[in-house]
Amino acid sequence: MTVKLGVPSKGRLMEKTFQWFGARGIGLSRAGSDREYAGAVDGIDGVELVLLSAGEIPRELEAGRIHLGVTGTDLVREKLARWEQSVAEVTEMGFGQADLIIAVPGAWVDVNTLDDLDAAAAAFRARHGFRLRIATKYHRLVRDFLRSHGVADYQLVDSQGATEGTIRNETAEAVADITSTGETLRANHLKLLEDGLILRSQATLFRARRAPAEDGERATLAALLNKLGVD
Amino acid sequence: MPTIAATRAKAAHLRAQFEAAGAVPVETPVLQPAAALLDLYGEDIRGRAYVTSDALRGEQMLRPDFTVPVVQMHMEHGATPARYTYAGAVFRRQEDDPDRPNEYWQAGYEVFDGQDPAAADAEVFCLMRDALQGLNLRAATGDIGLLMAAVAGLRTTAPRKAALARHIWRPRRFRALLDRFSGRTPMPASRRALLAADDPMHGAPPLLGLRSRAEIEARIAALREDAAAAPISAEEVALIDAILEVRETAPNALEHLRDIAVDLPAIERAVERLRTRMGALAARGVDVDALDFEASYGRASMEYYDGFVFGFYAEGRPDLPPVASGGRYDALTRVLGRGAEIPAVGGVIRPGLMLELEGAR
Repeated sequence: MTVKLGVPSKGRLMEKTFQWFGARGIGLSRAGSDREYAGAVDGIDGVELVLLSAGEIPRELEAGRIHLGVTGTDLVREKLARWEQSVAEVTEMGFGQADLIIAVPGAWVDVNTLDDLDAAAAAFRARHGFRLRIATKYHRLVRDFLRSHGVADYQLVDSQGATEGTIRNETAEAVADITSTGETLRANHLKLLEDGLILRSQATLFRARRAPAEDGERATLAALLNKLGVD
Repeated sequence: MPTIAATRAKAAHLRAQFEAAGAVPVETPVLQPAAALLDLYGEDIRGRAYVTSDALRGEQMLRPDFTVPVVQMHMEHGATPARYTYAGAVFRRQEDDPDRPNEYWQAGYEVFDGQDPAAADAEVFCLMRDALQGLNLRAATGDIGLLMAAVAGLRTTAPRKAALARHIWRPRRFRALLDRFSGRTPMPASRRALLAADDPMHGAPPLLGLRSRAEIEARIAALREDAAAAPISAEEVALIDAILEVRETAPNALEHLRDIAVDLPAIERAVERLRTRMGALAARGVDVDALDFEASYGRASMEYYDGFVFGFYAEGRPDLPPVASGGRYDALTRVLGRGAEIPAVGGVIRPGLMLELEGAR
């Protein structure tokens, strides 16, 4: 049996992950063509690279089908109930920084805080007959955040991409999305709420608490973490 | 864990008891149109109920409780006064606690009768108490109407009162608003800058989306008015706090609330309702002198109780939810009845929890 390491299968997150492991003496690479989701590991024996979409990695960790996985804190917290019980953070990796935030049109000069958002939502509902819509793909995190802050009269609408565009298209009035620099927000004439930071996220190496491991795998895992300098 | 068959039998037994008390048995569909529930509870209900959908009927929810469909049914074709009972499974989404069931049974009793609200409150409370006899439960009671009356009676602007009333059921935001309106927390710098600006819209990015410039200007005008209004006095905030802190046996609570009412006459009628209800409870054999009363009880639960609230708890089992709970929800009938309003009070028992406690004894 081998230790299975789940890594995002494409894009910058994959490249940065490969670089991070490479800098620590573990070579990760995609085997064969770019279309194949198979990988190779150099520098240690008994470790298998599993390339997955970043969004699938939390569930694979939770189910124990991979022993280690690289994904964002945001995805782990959104997708796993009681995430601390199924996965453990091994180390933050120093890239993929992104904040889950709430943003509204910059022209809403009267809305700068959650307090304002709540009041604007009440007035919006009275005027338009439906609740102020917030577009997001992080339903659980956003709902928990707004509930704990006592914001009412909003509704979440699902948006799996190009979330900033929903306001212009009038399918939402506000957004809750990941931003790294705020550049996309400004380009779309949006602004952050002052107290609307829901979560700071970055690429993180997680360990599955429930992945089955025999002595050989435990030894391999320990050797790998030692080599990565995170044991 | 009791079996489904045992829970069903227990629920049927409870329903028979409620029938014997004069209630008509009713059934409701398991699948409820989501719109009414969403309208009532907002986005929070999605975290608590299972939502499903089809192309024809759109979003449906697995019923998270019976109260809403029973109220709807009554408002459509029921004649008042009416008493209903029901028993069946409800479904609650669980995302944090695997020990909480996502499907459990409820047996309930609902009264639509405006003749004598205190008597109706006592009737529901005592039916639950009698059905739970022998389980050694602690009864908690409260009254949301006190806080609502106190807010309505504040010497401040109507928009502030409306904002506070809207958040009666969200203690954290209620507190934040009260602190803001009373000047205890300073105005955020961004709002101060906004109010100081001659033309707040100057230099703002182009407006997009459905919320119009007129709406933004209306809110700025409202903020200006609010900034010009005198803060809610420290005395009045202290009185609200005093109400929220009332937590003692019912007679002591009544005395305490009467003292508060001297300085806050707006709650006099609510205090009088409490007194009348205590009389009605005593008339039905409740030991009112030993009954716990907590003025803030029930604030953080589903947001439709607006008067008497109660729950029955297993002593020494803080891990368990209340075995029975209920209260008065006149406001719910107003929302669902589109103007029509019927005084209503009800309660539910969880037969599965009863069996669990009986088995543990």
